[in-house]
Amino acid sequence: MSRVFDLVVIGGGIHGCTAALFAARGGMSVALIERGALCREASGVNAGTLTMQMTRLALIPYALKAHTMWADAPRWLGHDVGVVVCDGLSLAFTEREEELLSVRARKRREAGAPIDLISGAAARRVEPGLGDNVRLAGHCKVDGYANAYLTGLAYRAALVSAGVTLLEHTEAMGIDQSGGYTIVTQGQPVRCKRLLIAGGVWIEPMLAWLGVHLPIKVLVNQLAVTERQSPVMRTVVGIASGLLSLKQYPHGTTVIGGGWQGVGDRENGGVALLPDRLIGNIRLACHAIPALKETRLARAWAGLEAETADALPAVGPIPGHPDAYVCGSVHSGYTSGIYIAKLLADRILGREPAMPLFPIDRLLPQPARAA
Amino acid sequence: MNRAFDAIVIGAGPAGAEAAVTAAAYGQNIALIDEQPAAGGQVWRTPTGGFPGKGDGAARAGDDLRRRVAASGVKVFFGHRVWSVLHQGGEAGRVFRTDALGPDGTVALTAPALVVATGAHERVTPFQGWTLPGVIGLAAATILLKSQGIAPGKRVVVAGCGPLLWAVAAGLAKTGVQVAAVADLSRRDAWLKRLSAILRRPSLALDGAAWMARTAFSGVPVYWGHGVRRAEGEGEVSRVTIGPVDTDGAPVAGREHSFDIDTLVVGHGLTTASEVTRLLRARHHFDRRRGGWIPEVDGSFEASVSLLYAIGDGAGVRGQRLATLAGRHVGLTLAGRPAEAAALNATIACEARFSDALADLLAQRPAQVAAIASDTIVCRCEDVTRREIDEAIDAGADEINQLKHFTRCGMGPCQSRYCADTVEELMARKLGKERGLIGQWTGRPPLRPVMLGELIGDFRYEDIPIPEPAPL
Repeated sequence: MSRVFDLVVIGGGIHGCTAALFAARGGMSVALIERGALCREASGVNAGTLTMQMTRLALIPYALKAHTMWADAPRWLGHDVGVVVCDGLSLAFTEREEELLSVRARKRREAGAPIDLISGAAARRVEPGLGDNVRLAGHCKVDGYANAYLTGLAYRAALVSAGVTLLEHTEAMGIDQSGGYTIVTQGQPVRCKRLLIAGGVWIEPMLAWLGVHLPIKVLVNQLAVTERQSPVMRTVVGIASGLLSLKQYPHGTTVIGGGWQGVGDRENGGVALLPDRLIGNIRLACHAIPALKETRLARAWAGLEAETADALPAVGPIPGHPDAYVCGSVHSGYTSGIYIAKLLADRILGREPAMPLFPIDRLLPQPARAA
Repeated sequence: MNRAFDAIVIGAGPAGAEAAVTAAAYGQNIALIDEQPAAGGQVWRTPTGGFPGKGDGAARAGDDLRRRVAASGVKVFFGHRVWSVLHQGGEAGRVFRTDALGPDGTVALTAPALVVATGAHERVTPFQGWTLPGVIGLAAATILLKSQGIAPGKRVVVAGCGPLLWAVAAGLAKTGVQVAAVADLSRRDAWLKRLSAILRRPSLALDGAAWMARTAFSGVPVYWGHGVRRAEGEGEVSRVTIGPVDTDGAPVAGREHSFDIDTLVVGHGLTTASEVTRLLRARHHFDRRRGGWIPEVDGSFEASVSLLYAIGDGAGVRGQRLATLAGRHVGLTLAGRPAEAAALNATIACEARFSDALADLLAQRPAQVAAIASDTIVCRCEDVTRREIDEAIDAGADEINQLKHFTRCGMGPCQSRYCADTVEELMARKLGKERGLIGQWTGRPPLRPVMLGELIGDFRYEDIPIPEPAPL
């Protein structure tokens, strides 16, 4: 293949797909390389929560923008991702959790998230599915969820109609930097002027192809879903510590998450779920919404989440490598990631992003910074 | 409750129970888990609820096995539903851990070796109306007949293929049910061709002949080379129409016959229940004649995961005789008696020829799948039709787990146990790919749906081991 793309994106999750989409719409010729099928890793298997109450402080302005984008997905993406906008509650069941919640809600409010602290009784008026054990709740009107498993379907249609060359089931195996960038695959090499590495937890080995050593921690998040049942809740429910996320989808299933850790790694994916932690997570869910006890567990799974040393995103140019960029490690990335990737697409298109990116220089050892 | 054993056996049918009893006879500390109240599996299912049993050969063989289990030192966990299986620990001391939900909550067992003997699922290749109440599987009818002597209806058509078809037809006729017709996808010559192999096994040949004869003597019309076209009814099945099929199982032009009925019993062979070995990420290969995805095992029935053994129909549909022999083989291996295990190999090879002869009668017929109408439901848990599956493939889903995401197909309580074989075949055919290249559904817990309330038991909030809060 002698064609030279304006941009090649490695990684077909929401970061890579969003950047590819907006770059293509901005007039660039774009190819997207994905080892498997689109959005089948973290972007397709996460809990789909679009909440401010689990978002890191520094990301709240971005998450608010992204929330609007998700809610508006049919317009700019062209496909419904099952987004439901609803109230969100973060609960405190103990005195310690009350303190934690008070501090966190105040700080998030200062960062722009419209969170009010309400009593347990008031929380039950917002969410009648709650038990009578809630002492205090953070209440946020800007909350909701998407159907994460529909992400690939939605983005695939959008990318195809934007003219992006989709190379699914194509594994990037290395990068040749002699004259532009050439991505080595098991098939034809793919050449480009600009490069975006958006490989989720795999950006660490991908950046290493360029001689850049950015340590990325791999989280193995356990998730569970119930079978369908009649409505038992109507909001997104979490707890002060952030170790629970809970919502019932319109078709009746309830997804239980919260980042309890399972077994897995970068090489093998989310290999196994630990039954004791699964039970712990489900106990927490049933403590919040008692009617969940009456339904059955249909499936549990585990997805990988990437985290940098300071738990803030790795989004920006790759130092020492002109026209090469990285996008990933956005904490609770499904909520904020699409807006942040769109900002990066602006940068790649030569426009000034509306909000600052998260350059990785801060995370690199000194010599690489000098490059 | 935590308990450590030398080996855990999941499934107390002929394979699993035989493995457990054999190993225990040599002093091994064995746990045997099954969701049923007693050993016997599907083929030797135990009578329940005061039903004395049918007193036939299968009932006697089952009683004999149950006596042997009771007399052995095997620690049984019957009425326990395994929902999680884990391979845990460091390289030095990896153990398998099973979590099973029983009458007293969830029970965790550990052992360095695990024997998976989980049997098969029934295959029903979809047709119009197959999800109507009153349409049940051949295996489901067998459960009713064997465990409680209950007939599923008053006027019944029995349809499908394989030996089970005739066993059910005969069993129903014996209980006084009016069998309006028997429709066998196979032609009579398909059975005759296999006669020599069947005759090599006198007991089964007699059983089979008795089944067919009993059905024939009851004046039941038999339609060879016929399949179900559609089932109809308001809220429940009241009429079924059958029609001729070719030798591949595809419908062909010809006279159709309709019957007014209250029950349609239908089944199209068996698929392997390979959920546990898939969950443990063992290597599998696809073998249509053996029921689908099969864990790769060596001569000792050990899978690609060390000390994980797979036997019985779940490791390739081959019937009870081979299941029993494989069980004994693994039991001897667990007991550290490889020479005695190897002595069984000749008998196993001989039995394999018989099961080979019948394999095609139980295997999926791709032409039958290809003929599924576009508005027919394929995934019954989520009401996904063939049209929706075809559209998802057109939208770019080219491997099975992506298809699941695009359609919700296989996301319901059965977690694809019912539809996987059909959906993979539809996908392979539409994409022009080998079945084995379509991919396997990722194995995940729970292995069976379990009530959240039962899973969590009684607890105090303070005792939930909530991890440290995420950073702010």
